[in-house]
Amino acid sequence: MEIELEQGWEIVLRGFNKLKNIVEGLPEPQFTSEDYMKLYTTVYTMCTQKPPHDYSQQLYDRYRESIEDYITSTVLPSLREKHDEFMLRELVKRWTNHKVMVRWLSRFFHYLDRYFIARRSLSPLNEVGLTCFRNLVYLELNGKVRDAVISLIDQEREGEQIDRALLKNILDIFVEIGMGQMDYYENDFEDAMLKDTAAYYSRKASNWIQEDSCPDYMLKAEECLKREKERVSHYLHSSSEPKLLEKVQNELLSVYGNQLLEKEHSGCHALLRDDKVNDLSRMFRLFSKIPRGLEPVSSIFKQHVTGEGTALVKQAEDAASNKKSVGLQVFVRKVIELHDKYLAYVSDCFQNHTLFHKALKEAFEIFCNKGVSGSSSAELLATFCDNILKKGGSEKLSDEAIEETLEKVVKLLAYISDKDLFAEFYRKKLARRLLFDKSANDDHVTDLTLARENQTSFEEYLGNNANANPGIDLTVTVLTTGFWPSYKSFDLNLPVEMVKCVEVFREFYQTKTKHRKITWIYSLGTCNLIGKFEPKTMELIVTTYQASALLLFNTADRLSYSEIMAQLNLTDDDVVRLLHSLSCAKYKILIKDPNTKTISPTDSFEFNTKFTDKMRRIKIPLPPVDEKKKVIEDVDKDRRYAIDASIVRIMKSRKTLCHQPLVMECVAQLGRMFKPDIKAIKKRIEDLISRDYLERDKDNPNLFRYLA
Amino acid sequence: MERIDNVFYSYANKSSGLIDPEGIEALCSDLEVDHTDVRILMLAWKMKAEKQGYFTLEEWRRGLKALRADNVHKLKKALPELEKEVKRPTNFVDFYSYAFQYCLTEEKQKSIDIESICQLLDLALGFQFRAQVDYFIDYLKIQSDYKVINLDQWMGFYRFCNEISFPDLSNYDPELAWPLILDNFVEWLRAKQT
Repeated sequence: MEIELEQGWEIVLRGFNKLKNIVEGLPEPQFTSEDYMKLYTTVYTMCTQKPPHDYSQQLYDRYRESIEDYITSTVLPSLREKHDEFMLRELVKRWTNHKVMVRWLSRFFHYLDRYFIARRSLSPLNEVGLTCFRNLVYLELNGKVRDAVISLIDQEREGEQIDRALLKNILDIFVEIGMGQMDYYENDFEDAMLKDTAAYYSRKASNWIQEDSCPDYMLKAEECLKREKERVSHYLHSSSEPKLLEKVQNELLSVYGNQLLEKEHSGCHALLRDDKVNDLSRMFRLFSKIPRGLEPVSSIFKQHVTGEGTALVKQAEDAASNKKSVGLQVFVRKVIELHDKYLAYVSDCFQNHTLFHKALKEAFEIFCNKGVSGSSSAELLATFCDNILKKGGSEKLSDEAIEETLEKVVKLLAYISDKDLFAEFYRKKLARRLLFDKSANDDHVTDLTLARENQTSFEEYLGNNANANPGIDLTVTVLTTGFWPSYKSFDLNLPVEMVKCVEVFREFYQTKTKHRKITWIYSLGTCNLIGKFEPKTMELIVTTYQASALLLFNTADRLSYSEIMAQLNLTDDDVVRLLHSLSCAKYKILIKDPNTKTISPTDSFEFNTKFTDKMRRIKIPLPPVDEKKKVIEDVDKDRRYAIDASIVRIMKSRKTLCHQPLVMECVAQLGRMFKPDIKAIKKRIEDLISRDYLERDKDNPNLFRYLA
Repeated sequence: MERIDNVFYSYANKSSGLIDPEGIEALCSDLEVDHTDVRILMLAWKMKAEKQGYFTLEEWRRGLKALRADNVHKLKKALPELEKEVKRPTNFVDFYSYAFQYCLTEEKQKSIDIESICQLLDLALGFQFRAQVDYFIDYLKIQSDYKVINLDQWMGFYRFCNEISFPDLSNYDPELAWPLILDNFVEWLRAKQT
C-alpha cells in the first residue's frame, strides 16, 4: 500500500502536535506503543517506497521546518516577553522541552537517521534539531542571558541568595549548545564573566587596600578565592576554575602585592617582627599562587633575618667593649637560637620552599661572616665548641645536649666562608683539651697512649739507675710532631734543678731511640712547688715558666723586671704575662713595686713571705697566649699553598686558560674550605709566573699557558 | 771594517779588550750625549749588548755596521735616525723589553729593585708617557707591597700606558689579568682623584 506525501505527512503532523501539547503541559494523553509504531512505520514506508514515491528528502526538510516553525511561533515570543530571572527560567523550560521534543521526533524519524543521512552525509536529526534552537533562540538571546547571569553572580558575591540550580541549568545550555565544543560557553559567556569578575575584584581591592591591615586583607582574599572556587562547583563549568581563580588572584594579589607586603604596621616586616606565624603562613599560601609572588616575600624575610642577626652582632660588640667575655658565648647561643627559630619558619610557614631556604642561607651568610670585636666568626664558633667540650668550661651539658648543640654548630659552619680557619682554631683547642683535660679519654689518642707508656718506661729506668735520678718527680709527655699543632719552643733558662731532669730524660730517651730529636716545649709544662711562706707552707701548682721565675727568688730577695727577663731568657710578652699572674692577679706570690695593676719594665719584685690562703694547695693560672694571630698566620700560609696547588692543578689540565675563567675555577675549587681573595689569587699567579710554572701569552695578555 | 775596529780599540780597556764603563763615558762625551741619555741605551739595543756598561767587539761591530757608521762623527749623526727607528711601535716593544733585561746584572736575577726601575722607567718611557711614568714612579716609591719589579710587571706597565685612557682610567678593569701592582696603582690614583 503506497502512501502519498501529504497523506503520510498529515499522520506525522498529528504526532508532532500531540508531542507539542505534551511538552507544553497541555492535557494530552501520552503516546501509546501503537501511536509510536504508527508514526515510525509511516516514516519508514515513505522512505522505502520506490521512486518517485521515496520521500526521504522531503521528510528531512519538513522535519527541520516544523521545528523551526514551532520555535518561531511559540518559543521565541514567550521568551521575548520575559526578562532577567524570569527570562532565564523560561529559557531553561523551553530548552528542556526542546530536547524532549527532538528526542521523540528523532525516534519517529529514526529511519532517516539510519540510512538517508549517512548516504547523503547530512547532519543527523538530533543535531539538526539542536541547531534550530541554537540558530533561532540562542543566537538572539545569548547576550541578554549572559548579562542576566553575570548580574546574578555579582549579587551572590554581594551576599544575596540566588537560585544556583537555575544558573547551573542555564550554563549547561551554553555547554550543550556547542555539541561537543566549548566555544559557545567560552566566547559567549566565560569571557564576559571573567572580565566582569576582574572589574568586580579590582573595585573591591582598591578599597580594601586603603582600609584594611595586611592580615585582614589576606583573610578577605583567601575567603574570596574559596567562594569563587565553590561557585565553580555550584554552577560554572569546571574548565572555568583556573581562569577564574587566576583573575581573582591577579586583581587581589598581583596588582596590590607590593603595597600589601609593605604596609607599614601590618605588612610582611611587621608580621615577621611580631612572630605572626598564622598570618605568614597565609601570606605564603596566597602569594605562592601568583607568578613570582614569593620573591618579594622571601626578600623581606631575608632582610628581616639579616637585621636580627646583625643586631645580635652589635649586641655582642657592645658587650665585648664592656669587657663581658661571656657575651661571646651567649652570642653564639643566640645565633643558634635564631637559626632554629627561622628554620622552623621556613619549614612551617613557608612549606620548605627553596626560595626561603635560600633567603635564610644568604641572610646568615651576611651576618655570620661579621666578626665580633676583632674575633672572626670562625674563631668564635671554635671557642664556643671548646667551652662546651672542655672540662670546667662555662657550660655544663649532658652528652646528648653536647651532641645536639654541636650539630647545630655544624649547620652554622655551612654559612662561614673561612671554614679552614675554623678547622685550625678547632684543632688547636682540641690539642689543648687533649693535653690538659685530665678527664679526656686518652685511649682514643694513640700518641697520648704511647706517651703514657713512655712515662712508665722512664720511671722503670729511674728505678734501675739510682744515680740517674734527678731528685724531682718528673713526668714527660712525648708528642709526635706531625700529629699536633706546631708549638713554638723558646730557650727558657731552666732553674738548675730542672736542668738535671731534662738531661736525665734525654739520656733515657737515647736508650730507646737513637734517631729521634726531642724539642722541649716548656710553655706547656706544669710544676708543683712548695712555697715556705711565713703563715704556713703551701703547695703551688704553676706552669714551668712561672716556676722558673719563682725559683729565682730562692737566691735573691729582690729582682727587677729586666733582671728576671735576662735570667729567664724569655720575650717581653711572656715575662709580662707571667709576672702579672704572680703579682697582680688573685694570688700575689710576689710583691710588685710600684703596686700598680699592670707590669712595666721598670718594676721590681720581691717574694711575698706573708702570702697565705685558706687552702693548702692552690693553682695559679697563667692565661695562655693569644694564639689568634698565629692561627691566622698559619691559615694564611696554608691558603697560599692551597691557591698555588689549585692554580697549578687547573692549568696542568687545561694547558692554556684565560684569566677570568682561571680565577673562577680556582674560587670554585677552594670554596669548600674558604673564599679566596681575588687579589690573593692574582698574586699567586704572578708568583707562579716568576717561578716558571706559568707564562703569559705574548699576543694575548689575558691568557696563561702552563709550562711543563 | 778595520775602521770600526779601530774606533772600538780607541775606547776599549787595554787589558780586558772590552769597552768598559769608563770607555763608554768617554764615548758619550765624544758623542756629546750624557751617559744617562736614553740614546746610549738605544745604541746598546742596536748592538744587542749583553752586559750593562760593557761593549764587546762583536757587539760594537754589529751596532756600528747596522748604523752604517765607521767613525764617531757618523755615529753621532746616526743617533737621530736610531731614535726614530726605536720609537717605531714594532721596535719599541722589543726595545722596552730589552731595557729591562739589560739591567739584570746577576746570573739568576729576575727582578730589578724599585729605585733602579724608577730610573729606567723615566729613561725608557718618560718621553712618551710622561704623566703615567711620573705618577707610577711616585706610587712605586710610597708603596710597600713590592721591593722589586719583574719582567711581567714591567711589560704590563707599557701595555697599561698604551691601552688605558689617562688620567681618567675609565677603561681599566681589575678583573682582567693586569698585574696586581697595577691594580693597586689604579686604586691609589683613583683615591687621589676623589
